Amino acid sequence: MERIPILKMGRCLLVTIQVDMDDRLATTLQDDLTERIASTGARGVLIDISSVELVDSFIGRMLANVAAMARVLDATTVVVGMQPAVAITLVELGLELPGIRTALNVERGMRLLREALGEPTVSDG
Amino acid sequence: MGEPEVITIAQEADVVVVRQRVRVRSGELRFGLVDQTKLVTAASELARNALIYGGGGEAKIEELTSGSKRGLRVTFTDRGPGIPNIAEAMRDGFTTGVGLGLGLGGAKRLVNEFEIESAVGRGTRIAITRWA
Repeated sequence: MERIPILKMGRCLLVTIQVDMDDRLATTLQDDLTERIASTGARGVLIDISSVELVDSFIGRMLANVAAMARVLDATTVVVGMQPAVAITLVELGLELPGIRTALNVERGMRLLREALGEPTVSDG
Repeated sequence: MGEPEVITIAQEADVVVVRQRVRVRSGELRFGLVDQTKLVTAASELARNALIYGGGGEAKIEELTSGSKRGLRVTFTDRGPGIPNIAEAMRDGFTTGVGLGLGLGGAKRLVNEFEIESAVGRGTRIAITRWA
């Protein structure tokens, strides 16, 4: 079965979505991430969607579910890199992703996570 | 002008095919990126509805012209149970299934024209149009 890889870096899990996900793949990612948070004790999850050209209500719900499940498991989720056209469409669709922390890019997302985890941050201007 | 095309929606992967074809066809008509994304997202919602609630169906993609304007219409047809109360189904938050209840109302907000016909026991037909 097709799966989206999940990388572990320190206390964080990193996911880069680079395919047009069907609903099954989105659900599999949600389950895999939840499983990995529990098995690794990760405290942060960073999901890079900069290559994603569409977030509809199903994918939006998957992102919201991951953030909610991570929170229950004591981890913070940041979704980074949303394309402007996707952001405009999401808001018009009525899906504003409440409860999901977002950042413009991976660098800012990592900084947000480090702050949330109380780790010292390296100044990068 | 490109020929109309029909895509069968019988499994989850077909929803992705509908998205990809609407993306390609709206690109050919030189839709801006935001217009493309809105139409593709609306098509994704409706293709999923046809699969989940309609038990499968088809999507027909057609190019339209009106004066100097060019547009793309996607018509979703299923032979499912139909929608007894369309006004209620269009409301945000209404869902009978797995979604967020944003599918119909949300899809309507993303397009310029939205037509829906449904007969209980016979199926549903929804046509969406966006102009470049």
